[in-house]
Amino acid sequence: MSATLLQGLVLVMTLQLVAAPIVAVRMPRWGFLASFFACATGAIIQLIYLFIGAPHAELVVPFGLAGQATVLSIDGLSGLFMLLVMLAGSAASLALLDDHGHPIPTAPAVPVFIGAMMLCLLAADAFALVVGFEAMSVSSFVLVISQHRDPHVRAAGRLYIGMAVWSGLCLIAAVALLAPHGASFAAMRAAPPSRMVGWVVLVLALLGPGSKAGLVPLHVWLPPAHAAAPAPVSALMSGAMTKVALYVLIRLVFDLVGPGHAMWWGLPLIGLGIASALLGALRANMEGDIKTVLACSTIENVGLVAIGLGIALAARGADLAALSSLAAGAALLHTMAHGGFKTLLFLASGAIQYGAGSRAFNALGGLIKRMPITAGVMLLAGASLAGLPPTPGFASEWMLFQSVLGAVRLGGLALQVISVVLAATLALATALAAAAAVRLIGVALLGRPRSQGAAEAHEAGPPLRWAMLLSALGVVLVGLFPGVMLWFAGPAMAVIVHGTMLDRIGYLGFATTTDAPGYAPLFILLVLALAVVAIWSVLRKWAVPGHRAAPLWDCGFGAPPPWQPYGDTLAQYSATSFAQPLRRVLGTTLLGASDVVDMPRPGDTRPATIIVHMADPVDAWLLAPLARARQFISRLTDRLHFITVRQALTMMVLLLVGLLMFIAAVEQL
Amino acid sequence: MGHIGYGAMSYDVAHLLGGTMLLLSFALLSQRRITSTIDTYAIQAVTLAIAACWQGWVQNEPSLYLTGAIAFGAKAVVIPLMLKRSVRRLKLHDAREEALSIFTAMALGVALVALSIMVVLPTTMQAGALTREDLALALSVVLLGLLMMITRRTAFTQVIGFMSLENGLILAAVGVAGMPLVVELSVAVLVLVGFVVFGVFLRRMRVHFHSLDTAHLDRVGSAQR
Repeated sequence: MSATLLQGLVLVMTLQLVAAPIVAVRMPRWGFLASFFACATGAIIQLIYLFIGAPHAELVVPFGLAGQATVLSIDGLSGLFMLLVMLAGSAASLALLDDHGHPIPTAPAVPVFIGAMMLCLLAADAFALVVGFEAMSVSSFVLVISQHRDPHVRAAGRLYIGMAVWSGLCLIAAVALLAPHGASFAAMRAAPPSRMVGWVVLVLALLGPGSKAGLVPLHVWLPPAHAAAPAPVSALMSGAMTKVALYVLIRLVFDLVGPGHAMWWGLPLIGLGIASALLGALRANMEGDIKTVLACSTIENVGLVAIGLGIALAARGADLAALSSLAAGAALLHTMAHGGFKTLLFLASGAIQYGAGSRAFNALGGLIKRMPITAGVMLLAGASLAGLPPTPGFASEWMLFQSVLGAVRLGGLALQVISVVLAATLALATALAAAAAVRLIGVALLGRPRSQGAAEAHEAGPPLRWAMLLSALGVVLVGLFPGVMLWFAGPAMAVIVHGTMLDRIGYLGFATTTDAPGYAPLFILLVLALAVVAIWSVLRKWAVPGHRAAPLWDCGFGAPPPWQPYGDTLAQYSATSFAQPLRRVLGTTLLGASDVVDMPRPGDTRPATIIVHMADPVDAWLLAPLARARQFISRLTDRLHFITVRQALTMMVLLLVGLLMFIAAVEQL
Repeated sequence: MGHIGYGAMSYDVAHLLGGTMLLLSFALLSQRRITSTIDTYAIQAVTLAIAACWQGWVQNEPSLYLTGAIAFGAKAVVIPLMLKRSVRRLKLHDAREEALSIFTAMALGVALVALSIMVVLPTTMQAGALTREDLALALSVVLLGLLMMITRRTAFTQVIGFMSLENGLILAAVGVAGMPLVVELSVAVLVLVGFVVFGVFLRRMRVHFHSLDTAHLDRVGSAQR
């Protein structure tokens, strides 16, 4: 049974990698349609596969390195991520059909991108894994530079491809270290590396796949690349690609390196995770572009997943089975939840970009009236982003908090202090994320329009609308039945922490420990509904009779001036002013934010403005020194082109003499 | 042949010849007059030829006589004669050129010789004493040739430095017992010297710049910039 399903998935992958791109060259829409049906089929296959308990299956295909067959396989872990990729892939393919008559010029890269992610997940040897990962990078790079006439897009593309090359190199180095006795995963598991090699693999996995997933400090590519790509592609990159990178990280660190590692092994993941969560959530409150905000929030959520993974790893090292499965469950559930609601949010950002003509917060506002469906799904996803019950974001973040608090049991005083600090910082990060969600909804959807485009916004076309509604359905299902999702994630947990949460989950909800009261979202929904009905009926019954509707006080907004028929933009809070308190309290130290008043000279009639400067700390501490080093090296190389014959000879002789001196010194020792 | 060690006739003579070559390398290093540089080079080539023949006799390897003959014929007779002819043609026979002062040349040379001894002797523990000493001397000659190439200005003396370097290579090749293709090696290097350096380099420079100072080549590089 599972072998047949795997063959079906390989067929879907071949379709995505070969047939759909060929179709999309000439007929992009038919290509997207093919991709949609392939992904939907894959999703159904995947649901059946997870339903039958995700037994391991393997398929050897006669492609790959000369004289070597490639091994493809599927198990609980890759199966769960495959479900996410298939769902996000079908939503994005469907949304791409809503192209307003101008299909994106890089259409064939979309199915290739989805197929490459599938290859990455199905790979069971080093070769297929690296090929899939690199194909994923290259095809998404092509998609990022779709609008390459824009210099910002080109800059984002350069940064993206640089980071992609770097993470590919790290991945190749990591699998090379793991594969001295054979390139297949089975051979790697049979001969686990020594402790030192294991540490190196951990560092490489954090720097390579970790950077692709968006973990600090190599997250800098993420906001510009997500802003540059077309919205459905951003949805795929954020919802699926970062998760595939996390899968590669999990596969390397939890599975292939071997089970015998100490508790400390989880600390790097936790540290990078909390840094990502805090920095991402803070930046999500500051940025002025919807898609950049969503990308920063992706950094935050990937950080949350990394924290869960780190605790699971540490607890596995300390033999705390209940805690490790709880943390792993939190990480996997959050992966699925974030994959769902972030896909939804990016699709909605695409609808807003086209419908209202801008992605900048300061040109939006009041969209809830003009775009009800987009606004509705954004409200749902925003609630999930903010972690409100009964959305999936609440379920996974609650589990994560429970495992962070449980991490106190891990060990000595040092670890206890770390976990308390972690809990406090995590609380700050999730609160910041909630603030970002409020800002996103409040500025973009509520209030009054800030531009002509927002005032005349129109709803998305049918394909995009359906894509958003289907994704919303997925988010609702995960939110209302987290127990079922955790049951689906059971085989994955068995792979990574050798335990499941089967004793703590039911159809209606789940509990963090077997004796604790659990979380059942349906009941919370019921209570919320009862409360709403109660309030409504109380108001209806005891309201003063004979009331009439009168104009509210409009907070001094005033009548719209004739040159701005949609209202005076300066009379309401902008996204920048919304961010100001947080920027002044936290942004000055973490993001180096500063306000500069640009005062016109006497006699100048232009208004005074406040200019906000802000920079990611990684820009200053990592990218700028790297750029300087590159400049230095290229200048040096340039000078090397124009040296005289004698100087060239002298350099060679000095090098030779240096080498000989080195040999002599070594011989003397 | 039996074991060769200190005090044996074969060892002493080989050592003497190698030492003479090294001495001549030092002489080349501080020689200022072009004609006497060529003469010194010719004497070094004669020494190399004798060393090759001596090794041929010691190792009972007739092909090394051929190497010696080539070294004598080409490097001690033909090349110096040709060099002298072009020196006459270019009216350089009493030209002097900048070179290192005696002290600097000697100091750098001695340092290089010490370096090559420190490298060769420990790395060749298993080899026989003759081979080891011979290799150390040969490496010294090579390094001194390189030093001459980078301290001289004119193409003539740089070519001579290169050929002296090549003498060191051949000395190393003939000193190692059982080294295959010694004759072929010497012929190949000789052809390299003859064609590349003489034919192309000198002729081109003469035609284009009416001078043999390699600084002119540098100026071409900067002109293209």
